[in-house]
Amino acid sequence: AAGVGQQWVLVEMVQAFYEAPAYHLILEGILILWIIRLLFSKTYKLQERSDLTLKEKEELIEEWQPEPLVPPVPKDHPALNYNIVSGPPTHIITVNGKECINFASFNFLGLLNNEKVKSAAQASLKKYGVGTCGPRGFYGTFDVHLELEERLAKFMRTEEAIIYSYGFATIASAIPAYSKRGDIVFVDEAACFAIQKGLQASRSNIKLFKHNDMADLERLLKEQETEDQKNPRKARVTRRFIVVEGLYMNTGDICPLPELIKLKYKYKVRIFLEESLSFGVLGEHGRGITEHFGINIDDIDLISANMENSLASIGGFCCGRSFIIDHQRLSGQGYCFSASLPPLLAAAAIEALNIMEDNPDIFQTLRAKCERIHKALQGIYGLKVVGESFSPALHLQLEESYGSRENDVKLLKRVVDYCMNSGIALTQARYLEKEEKCLPPPSIRVVVTVEQTEQELDKAASLLKEAAQSVLN
Amino acid sequence: INHIVHNGGLYKRPFNEAFEETPMLVAVLTYVGYGVLTLFGYLRDFMRQWKIEKCQNATEREEQKDFVPLYQDFENFYNRNLYMRIRDSWNRPICSVPGAKVDMMERVSHDYNWTFTYTGRVIKGIINMGSYNYLGFAQKSGACQEAAAKVLSQYGAGVCSTRQEMGNLDKHEELEKLVARFLGVESAMAYGMGFATNSMNIPALVGKGCLILSDELNHASLVLGARLSGATIRIFKHNNMQSLEKLLKDAIVHGQPRTRRPWKKILILVEGIYSMEGSIVRLPEVIALKKKYKSYLYLDEAHSIGALGPNGRGVVEYFGLSPEDVDVMMGTFTKSFGAAGGYIGGKKELIDYLRTYSHSAVYATSMSPPVVEQIITSVKCIMGEDGTTVGEARVQQLAENTRYFRRRLKEMGFIIYGNEDSPVVPLMLYMPAKIGAFGREMLKRNIGVVVVGFPATPIIESRARFCLSAAHTKEMLDTALKEINEVGDLLQLKYSRRRLVPLLDRPFDETTYEETED
Repeated sequence: AAGVGQQWVLVEMVQAFYEAPAYHLILEGILILWIIRLLFSKTYKLQERSDLTLKEKEELIEEWQPEPLVPPVPKDHPALNYNIVSGPPTHIITVNGKECINFASFNFLGLLNNEKVKSAAQASLKKYGVGTCGPRGFYGTFDVHLELEERLAKFMRTEEAIIYSYGFATIASAIPAYSKRGDIVFVDEAACFAIQKGLQASRSNIKLFKHNDMADLERLLKEQETEDQKNPRKARVTRRFIVVEGLYMNTGDICPLPELIKLKYKYKVRIFLEESLSFGVLGEHGRGITEHFGINIDDIDLISANMENSLASIGGFCCGRSFIIDHQRLSGQGYCFSASLPPLLAAAAIEALNIMEDNPDIFQTLRAKCERIHKALQGIYGLKVVGESFSPALHLQLEESYGSRENDVKLLKRVVDYCMNSGIALTQARYLEKEEKCLPPPSIRVVVTVEQTEQELDKAASLLKEAAQSVLN
Repeated sequence: INHIVHNGGLYKRPFNEAFEETPMLVAVLTYVGYGVLTLFGYLRDFMRQWKIEKCQNATEREEQKDFVPLYQDFENFYNRNLYMRIRDSWNRPICSVPGAKVDMMERVSHDYNWTFTYTGRVIKGIINMGSYNYLGFAQKSGACQEAAAKVLSQYGAGVCSTRQEMGNLDKHEELEKLVARFLGVESAMAYGMGFATNSMNIPALVGKGCLILSDELNHASLVLGARLSGATIRIFKHNNMQSLEKLLKDAIVHGQPRTRRPWKKILILVEGIYSMEGSIVRLPEVIALKKKYKSYLYLDEAHSIGALGPNGRGVVEYFGLSPEDVDVMMGTFTKSFGAAGGYIGGKKELIDYLRTYSHSAVYATSMSPPVVEQIITSVKCIMGEDGTTVGEARVQQLAENTRYFRRRLKEMGFIIYGNEDSPVVPLMLYMPAKIGAFGREMLKRNIGVVVVGFPATPIIESRARFCLSAAHTKEMLDTALKEINEVGDLLQLKYSRRRLVPLLDRPFDETTYEETED
């Protein structure tokens, strides 16, 4: 019975064949042939360009000449010959064998030579040795680090702080921890190099706005808003940040923080504030630009600063709410993959913080000195002062350029040399000319510290006037 | 896979590296373990979302609730549900010098590792097998510490300026000359942070139109430096010379992708000792390839400087090669010198170029003077220039400790990765639960170890990593080995299928480096 059933199915099939329309059969036939062809044809390599024989390949390898690893640097390159400082870089500094008054180191509060700071560091050295021999995750967390983080958080009145072992790495690791590919960052043109490297590492979309120009920033924000309305799904997951500095290193002025806060809530952007120069300088107690403007510190999402200026130590820190800072403990590259700060430097920073808390009047003194020299440097022939009157790091730029940047740099070097020979140590502000996004014009950096007396400030001002007269005339 | 290589005379001594394969049962059980953890993770997230369980992480401000969320939920899944369970194995706070024995601050958690409280008690005398203290220079007394104290009182702790402005002290110049002499190169330059040495100098050396060939398992700093430079990056398999040669050939023959222009230069990035695998780079073969294909070699000796070689000069001396063959010799001072910072050594043109164009020289503060003094004293000690043989003795002690420790662990039956001579010893754990258990059990027995899991290692290959030190005496190693044996039996960690016959214990002598292993 099964046999008959099978035969009957076969007959049905053959009948179907005869009854099917012709085009159907032809189509099916072509498809079957195509499948057979595909099954048996050779695999098709997309990048098949090895038409070269082995001999030709060897010849290419022989002929190829690479560039030298580094191009030669001319011997008289201005950045090649460093000033050699013998002894500590304190108020009286010995540069290239000559004793001068130091107007070039960022020792704003004069804590570099402070005996209490040094003895705290000595005590730490006797207890812990020098290095920490490990990153924070692997037995590199010392009680000094935890204490410093607590103290910084308390001082800045935030929930938590995190410390890094290198000032440059602080903001350069903090930005890529939050901002990833596809996110948008609005950054000021005059942002320092560390911020630029952090932005490059983050691979986000960078939008530069003109220095301190809130109208330009608002225009960019509005443009972004219209973009968002076109694609709301994407907008819901694109994070936005504004990165500004409290006191700009390249121009010496401050950012208009109250307007930025308004823009933050209007356009829902987070603010990252870099306070390397303003920490320990601005504000009644030295808490930085938020205290200077009287803004609630929780309105700023992240404050980052380095401890190498006012605190006269090494390293950097970020502070803010725990929600934000805790993330860096696992994703801040400079934190997780690098050895922690040597304990003696952390102890020095803690002691410096103690001194800052105990003597809040030094900030007022520092500001007075800044105002004094800012006024005294006005009206120098050929040079103009760039920077706020209360900024301790000023720039002296040429009023007009003398042809090329190279010429300008040479002229300013002559001014600096004149001053150094007469006992005032100054330096030109150094940049990597090819790497900066917006290269500032060449300038002389004048740094005011709390240790400089009024006579010294006046002497520096008059010497600069003399130098400018003799060189630029 | 076991490589014992002689390779036609390139290697003057046997190169013994082993990475035993994961046993199949263990791999399956590890995946099952992660599967169970993931399921529970989803369950807990669900309960937290529906407020059945209290949410204990920090949350966004009320005023900013309608901002775009800062973290994606999935990004933190691993953090919340897997890492948080064993978080107490990391970030252990210590309160003494990180030498061979260390004091740890005791901390407890009453809410399953969400928060820690310090009991105030200090656990003293924990044998430290986690700090990178290869030559034992992490000391709080002795010649190095005294010299550093003197410099601290003279110079202060900070510098407050960059190298190119007013931060170049005479101490820095002294250090750089000494480092150049130590390495046997023409000139050297020192930086304040080892991580930053890589991430700020690789972009100065290569740029767009150049090719970087980087090892699979390179450190984050090398990867970041390569990315920031803008050059094309191609990855070759870990320590695999055939893979590297193929990439080199293809690169030169075919040129840049799409435009076919020839590459401007090719830079090979390798490390001396890879800290997660314990393997040593095959330097003779790399140098042979580099010469044949006219490329440049960047050698990161973070872990190998001071730790390898009969005089502690690193992996170049270990293989008996000339430092002139390596174009850029980079290393750090954190591990073997007990300080902080990094250096680059090479020809005078290279260092002059870096002095002018390195990001660190222009924008970053220079090194702190007491740290510089510590490096100067410890380098002089290793070279024997301080008039003692302490340095030489330490290098020998480290080599002895390495061979002894590795041999005993292999005899016990653990799976140990890496080269026989590397002081970094990874011991395989595989299963996620054992990561936490191993760390905690060893701490109970007063031994501090480092355990590593995903994402620093592939997901099923979690391990415990021991860092040997010249400061470890034989008694300390024996105690540690006894405890590891106990814990290994308790947690069933002895996966190895090969058994080594224990050798007769013979005393090690000066010919440690001339003898070959039998």
